[in-house]
Amino acid sequence: MKTLVCVKRVPMTGGRIVLTEDEQAIETKHLGFAISPHEECGVEEAVRLWEHHGGDTVVLTLGPADAEEQLRDSMAIGIARGIHLVTDGEEWDPEATAGAIVDVIRADEAASGLFDLIFFGNESADSGGFQIGLRVAHALDRPCATGLKGVAVDGDLVRCEQEEGGGRDVYELPLPAVVTVLEGLNLPRYPSVPGRMRAGRKPLEALTPVRPASRLERARLVVPEGESKQAEVLGRGPDAAAAVVDLLEQIGVAS
Amino acid sequence: MNLVLVEHVDGAATDVSLQALALAAGLGGETHALVIGPGGAAASVNIPAAVVHVAEHDALDAFAPDAWASILGGLAEQIGATAIVAPGSGHATDAMARAAVRLGEPLAANCISVTPGDPLLVTRVRWGGSLLEEARLHTGRALITVAPHAVVAAPAGSPGSVETFTPEIADADLVVRVRDRVAPPAGGVSLADAKVVVTGGRGVGSPEGFVVVEELAALLGGAVGCSRAVTMSGWRPHTDQVGQTGNKIAPEIYIACGVSGATQHIAGAKGAKKILAVNTDSEAPIMSIADYAVVGDLHEVLPAISAELRRRRA
Ligand SMILES: Cc1cc2nc3c(=O)[nH]c(=O)nc-3n(C[C@H](O)[C@H](O)[C@H](O)COP(=O)(O)OP(=O)(O)OC[C@H]3O[C@@H](n4cnc5c(N)ncnc54)[C@H](O)[C@@H]3O)c2cc1C
Repeated sequence: MKTLVCVKRVPMTGGRIVLTEDEQAIETKHLGFAISPHEECGVEEAVRLWEHHGGDTVVLTLGPADAEEQLRDSMAIGIARGIHLVTDGEEWDPEATAGAIVDVIRADEAASGLFDLIFFGNESADSGGFQIGLRVAHALDRPCATGLKGVAVDGDLVRCEQEEGGGRDVYELPLPAVVTVLEGLNLPRYPSVPGRMRAGRKPLEALTPVRPASRLERARLVVPEGESKQAEVLGRGPDAAAAVVDLLEQIGVAS
Repeated sequence: MNLVLVEHVDGAATDVSLQALALAAGLGGETHALVIGPGGAAASVNIPAAVVHVAEHDALDAFAPDAWASILGGLAEQIGATAIVAPGSGHATDAMARAAVRLGEPLAANCISVTPGDPLLVTRVRWGGSLLEEARLHTGRALITVAPHAVVAAPAGSPGSVETFTPEIADADLVVRVRDRVAPPAGGVSLADAKVVVTGGRGVGSPEGFVVVEELAALLGGAVGCSRAVTMSGWRPHTDQVGQTGNKIAPEIYIACGVSGATQHIAGAKGAKKILAVNTDSEAPIMSIADYAVVGDLHEVLPAISAELRRRRA
């Protein structure tokens, strides 16, 4: 089996989002970065498929030079090789991102055969465009199911489960196919130290595509005005219990 | 002219669809609505739009997103829609992204406001609502989904007219379709519907530590939640997670214990009417998000609250 996982590097913003002065990006000077959570589950799923079926596994990202960190993290838990579409750090819109990914998939498939299954996150944690996977699937003329919390390959089919209205809707797609997944699909493993050592030596192909003009053009980012409040302290330690129960009674949830 | 994709359940338009209609009204011009599949005709009579188009076809009994996209895109071209709007729910977003790529258009997902013009200005949510983006849409046919519960719903009304049609559906557009359904797990209060949610974060310390969280939730008839730090440690299933990549909750009171209050966690609790934090750290970020706080060790505070509840009930 040959699989591809497309991931995005995102900042771990913590308690408060602070913007750069030009309001074009999040100030990340003091922040760590991670693979966007939905895609992290995609990486784990691709590794599990490889453990079952063998074959080739590839991780791809479009992002700044530093995004190599997220590709190496993926290779540290078992992905065989990486493709890095290196940007200057400027964000690409969904149409442009999908276009660049399609080009590199076509080139890789011409060289080493079709990807049986391509994973995307349902939406990236930061920009939340909800469309890259579907755009790529359409360009490659492959079926695509979205928002999945269950993916099981059975012969030439992939059974897909999507949470909907409390239960789950089930789809069955013929391979090759594209799936977009959500956190909760699985519990991703942590990389081991030997895994990290091996990852450093795995092949990584770097390309620098050119960003086309955007039809969904960001003007600026705005941190929504939360009420800045200070919690009313009901008490300290177990002595606060009576005040808490008074509050629960007042809200009408105590009985 | 604007075309709004309206979803319906049990023969009535969904709330989020009425919110999409309200946002579309802000674009100016006449609004048409499209309803697809069984129950669409029943729902159409209460949809406030100039024309409601009802697509009926045997193949539409089960959700098939490519078929929806072809019907939506086809109708938009036929009536000359300059904007296509849909609620930001799972199925509608999926169909809209497919329609966008078929029509060769950009898609602005999860918008909360629009200003007509050339270019069209939109404000859309990022980071599950923790950040907003103002953007310009450079196209003659804007595709927009509307962030759920961010826009006041259009008042109920009746349509100018209802037009039922049978779309042509290609076999290729039925490859991706719902084949089966797994019913929701029985019993218990779901996080989404719970009036009280008691959440444990990393501060709970271990899977066993959740006993005190579960006890209080049970006494209050509420649901147990957790933070991502907890799910990633394997202490609780992801189905319990509250946040941007977990459940969105809207309880009367949210009791967050041993949770620091990261933006991505709070993104799931924006619907909570009141927040009570229990935390050893009086400087934790959650202290400037919560309405009430108890400063202390949750392993002492929660059992004391449970005991006090029992005492008053006895
Ligand atoms: C893209 C992205 C998406 C994310 N999505 C989510 C999401 O959906 N949901 C989510 O929860 N997180 C999410 N996160 C993670 C989030 O940023 C935080 O890392 C996480 O919420 C922290 O969990 P926590 O508050 O339990 O742990 P911590 O931040 O470690 O906080 C623990 C808190 O417990 C307190 N404490 C410790 N011991 C005790 C005690 N005995 N009694 C009382 N208090 C105590 C500490 O003072 C501290 O405030 C996401 C992150 C990213 C980057």
